Amino acid sequence: MDRIPILRMGPVLLVSIQVDMHDQLALALQDDLSNAITAHGSKGVLLDISSLGIVDSFMGRMLANIAGIAHVLDAATVVVGMQPAVAITLVELGLSLEGVRTALNVEKGIAMLQAAVADRDIPFHTMIDADGTD
Amino acid sequence: MLTARTEQVAVRVQHDIVNVRQVVRSWSLSIGLGLVDLTKLVTAASEIARNTVEYGGGGTLQIEELRDGLRHGLRLVFEDEGPGIPDIDRAMTDGYTTGTGMGLGLGGTKRLVDEFDISSRPGAGTRVAITKWKGP
Amino acid sequence: MPELNTSRLTALLDQRYDELLAAWITEQLQIVRRGQISESDLRAQCAELLQAVRRGLSSGGSTNLAGQSWAAARDLLARVSSERAQQGFPPSETAMFVLSLKRPLFDALRGASNDADTLASDVWTATVLLDQLALYTTEAYQRSREQLITRQQEDMLELSTPVVKLWDGVLALPMIGTLDSSRTQIVMESLLQRIVETGSDVAILDITGVPTVDTLTAQHLLKTVTAARLMGAECIISGIRPQIAQTIVHLGVDLGDVVTKATLADAFKLALSRVGLTVGRVRPSSSSSAPALAAPSTND
Repeated sequence: MDRIPILRMGPVLLVSIQVDMHDQLALALQDDLSNAITAHGSKGVLLDISSLGIVDSFMGRMLANIAGIAHVLDAATVVVGMQPAVAITLVELGLSLEGVRTALNVEKGIAMLQAAVADRDIPFHTMIDADGTD
Repeated sequence: MLTARTEQVAVRVQHDIVNVRQVVRSWSLSIGLGLVDLTKLVTAASEIARNTVEYGGGGTLQIEELRDGLRHGLRLVFEDEGPGIPDIDRAMTDGYTTGTGMGLGLGGTKRLVDEFDISSRPGAGTRVAITKWKGP
Repeated sequence: MPELNTSRLTALLDQRYDELLAAWITEQLQIVRRGQISESDLRAQCAELLQAVRRGLSSGGSTNLAGQSWAAARDLLARVSSERAQQGFPPSETAMFVLSLKRPLFDALRGASNDADTLASDVWTATVLLDQLALYTTEAYQRSREQLITRQQEDMLELSTPVVKLWDGVLALPMIGTLDSSRTQIVMESLLQRIVETGSDVAILDITGVPTVDTLTAQHLLKTVTAARLMGAECIISGIRPQIAQTIVHLGVDLGDVVTKATLADAFKLALSRVGLTVGRVRPSSSSSAPALAAPSTND
């Protein structure tokens, strides 16, 4: 079974979701990410959904789950690249994606992760005392 | 109401949900549905398909292209012979949270489409019909 | 519709084609507006339609315009209708293009017939056929005008609600006039699209020019703000008039944590701070006393 690749950039893990995921694939991603965060001591997870034309409630819950799991493992999460049509649909659907930080693109997402990481002895430039909430 | 083309799709297992999304997307493109309307319809189809698989024990989707005078749209009818929904009103309330697995928040799905019809009886299965019309 | 006998009509078109065409063109030249359509174009269109009618009648012999044998005629009529609509012809003149064939056709039928009953029957067949063609022309004309109107409406919508860039990362959407449901939706979609395209962190929705807001509009505005937030941008609503503020409260609309400012200026100042900028005065020692935007410094 195909698995979604996870790239590592220093203390940040990058995931680009390009395919229309079926449930098993989504669960495998959650699994792989949890393992990767723990294995590398990652402090940030960036999920790029700019290729996703559809985000339904299952996918939304999955994104929120990943953020929750990452948080428990002491990593911050940011979801980037949500398409306007998807945002409009999610609002209509009533899905709030509470607890999930979002940014317009990868660049801003990385900047946000840098800012969210707090009081850590790792080579990120900005040290702002934040516990992951805005 | 004139029905032009129609197609039936199996909605039995997890993989079928992905297929439903692709088929509905393809039909939406073929009638020239706008991007936002297309996104809403495919998302709605995904929600209901998921319910059909996970709660209804699997069923079918019938897609129809509709032409009603000046109106042009798509109707999707999902049917299963599952346990049925005992409390439709509750199923229609917004039940989306980040944690629970129940996908029955049909209230939100209703807001994504122009027409929404659900009939279900315990022991007799469920039928959900949704319609989306093209904008002017 | 019961099938009419078209065999004599078909034969007539075959045998008297050139005469009919000439007679029809003469008829047309007397009624069509001078200068709006060139004679050569008119001749070409008449010839094409007569050929198409001939083809439609001879293959299948049916007067049912929906059939395949009439496809060429339908296409031609749709095209002529559309062209004339764009040129500003009234629909009656476009229909006359077809109907003016009646006289030459009836004259030819009368000349070719010995029998009153047969003549009556053929004239009726011809009438039915040409009426249908003329009506099709009218329908096509209508559709074409409607498309034009829709396009103009869309243009107007775009013009009346431009999305402007106030600064790097700051967009503004000054809304003017009453916001109805469909307009607000279109505006919402274009704003979100511009946010993505420009990578703007803040969008200011200014409703100074909006006289009234009803529940539906308020909800649409809120949905826009929520959608923008979901995407990772922030919206500020500015220019809320006292009356609108009262309406919002009376209607029980919950703005939640949406930031609202009375003026666009206040909203702009806030937006700048959100993107890490502030406005400061140039130091008095320099000759210029104009304020300038400072590099990233402490926020307000």
